[in-house]
Amino acid sequence: MTTDMTTKTPEAAAVPPPGADSASKRAQQGHRRLLTRRDRITLALMAGVPTVLHVALVWVTALASILLAFTTWDGIGFDSIKWVGLDNFQQLFNDNPQFWPAVQHNVIWFVALILVPTPLGLFLAIQLDKKIRFSRVYQTAFFLPVVISMACIGFVWQLVYNPDTGLINSLIGANKPGHYIDWIGDPDLNLWAVLVAASWRHTGYMMILYLAGLKSVDPSLREASALDGANEWQTFKNVIFPTLRPTNTVVLVVTIIEALRAFDLVFVFNKGAQGTELLSILVTNNIIGESSRIGYGSAIAVVLLVISLAVIIPYLVATFRKERRS
Amino acid sequence: MSAPTLAAGALKKRAPVRPARILLHVFLAGTALAWLAPLLWAIFSALRPYSETSEKGYVSWPDTLNFDNFTNAFKQSDMMHYFGNTLLIAVPAVLLTLFLSSMVAFYVSRFDFRLNLALLLVFTAGNLLPQQVIITPLYRMYLLTDLPGITASGKLYDSALGLVLIHVAFQSGFCAFVLSNYMRSLPHELTEAALVDGASAWRLYWQITLPLCKPAMAALATLLSIWIYNDFFWALVLISTGENMPITSALNNLSGQYFTDPNLVAAGALLTAIPTLVVYFVLQRQFVSGLTLGSNKG
Repeated sequence: MTTDMTTKTPEAAAVPPPGADSASKRAQQGHRRLLTRRDRITLALMAGVPTVLHVALVWVTALASILLAFTTWDGIGFDSIKWVGLDNFQQLFNDNPQFWPAVQHNVIWFVALILVPTPLGLFLAIQLDKKIRFSRVYQTAFFLPVVISMACIGFVWQLVYNPDTGLINSLIGANKPGHYIDWIGDPDLNLWAVLVAASWRHTGYMMILYLAGLKSVDPSLREASALDGANEWQTFKNVIFPTLRPTNTVVLVVTIIEALRAFDLVFVFNKGAQGTELLSILVTNNIIGESSRIGYGSAIAVVLLVISLAVIIPYLVATFRKERRS
Repeated sequence: MSAPTLAAGALKKRAPVRPARILLHVFLAGTALAWLAPLLWAIFSALRPYSETSEKGYVSWPDTLNFDNFTNAFKQSDMMHYFGNTLLIAVPAVLLTLFLSSMVAFYVSRFDFRLNLALLLVFTAGNLLPQQVIITPLYRMYLLTDLPGITASGKLYDSALGLVLIHVAFQSGFCAFVLSNYMRSLPHELTEAALVDGASAWRLYWQITLPLCKPAMAALATLLSIWIYNDFFWALVLISTGENMPITSALNNLSGQYFTDPNLVAAGALLTAIPTLVVYFVLQRQFVSGLTLGSNKG
């Protein structure tokens, strides 16, 4: 994934191909041998300070989420923390009318993103990779939504969906009483409406990832395939797509994480009202909403954490194992 | 891979491919236009006076097009103030993230291979977590941290400092990963020779390694600026005073208070997008290369 970068820099280009693992290890040992005591202290601080900050704010809090999920707490004094076992989870799974819809919507979010904007992004990337004119112009247009904040995207799409003044209803004449289509309020419609906006953004993101992946495909593969008489579709299916495997993994992980993180867009759109509940919205409503229940909110966060780690850990282990080998 | 076969292939293909190329251009131009349509619609609405659109409807031929909505949205909501808030958060956050993550990257790429993996694993995994996983305890922690005299609120909660810290902690994982990969591609002899000459570890980092990382740092700085500028969630939860919000999160309050009609909402939302668009157009190459070189990120 660093290839795109390193090939552009003269310094890196001048570097001989990375030697065997043992060579770099020897170099590191050589580095360490030459250190003075002051150097060691400097280095300990250099690695230590950022690590402490990161661990304290990200991992300690994640751990605290897990612990608090088994308690009730009013948030005032630490002595009011009471252990309640699985009560929070029981309530969440059995009594919360918003929980299962939220899980379902998160799943739909992922499935929708992987089925529509991801293949579309791949398709656009393949077309733009053909060395055609104006490729940059097209890329800029498709990528523009990725640069804009999700909040701003929410407002822009509200202008499209607004039942009274929006583009769609004005065009199809559905803004008059009797033909009213409420894209934002109708619980059968609003999730799909917001997913269109999310897909609008996701396509550009996927396109850029795939464009980078396609650049690293060896051109001689394409040529060999063309010489063998394969047509464009066959070349793609049998030659290009298999070599895009690393990109596909990244795309899959990015899409899952995006589906779990989805928040801003829905919050701006309709605050996660009926029809668009998401796990992230439920957690947040437990903090800034009227009823703040710390243990209960943490239990929802734990559900989110478990799903995320089930994706993140295998992915990172595979990534780093591959890196150690290279 | 001989030249003649290539040329022959190109020649053979060229003739029948032409109409397909035109079709492709038509398709791409059409799709690109459709892609820009929501934004163009927002611009169109923002350029029209409310009185006209309420009378004639939004889908109608415009009589007047002007920037009144933009100037009104900007002035009425005191947008400058919120841009200032963002600047106060984003600039220190970007600089600090790059500084801290480059130090970690320097350490793990030059001195400790075993710790390298463990540390990077912790940093990258943390960066991939959804923010909502940690927000409940973080919110409590910020409320319980008293900083009398240091922040205006007397706590980490509702302060720019608190936002800077969480941005730095969260984003440094991604940057450390990218920078450590980058630094590992630099020759070891470079730093080793300097060490033999008696250079300190700090000099190795500050004067030898960092200057070589400029391209990667530039890409990351662009990416981070846009991400932090676009952040909505952290400020929404960790800032309680509307006045202290950075622009992206403030938009939500402003749209209820000041932007009373859709035309003003459109103008206000578009105004907040301008800085990111400027950065994107000026530093497009950095942005895209940063994104793809760090495609490990969510």
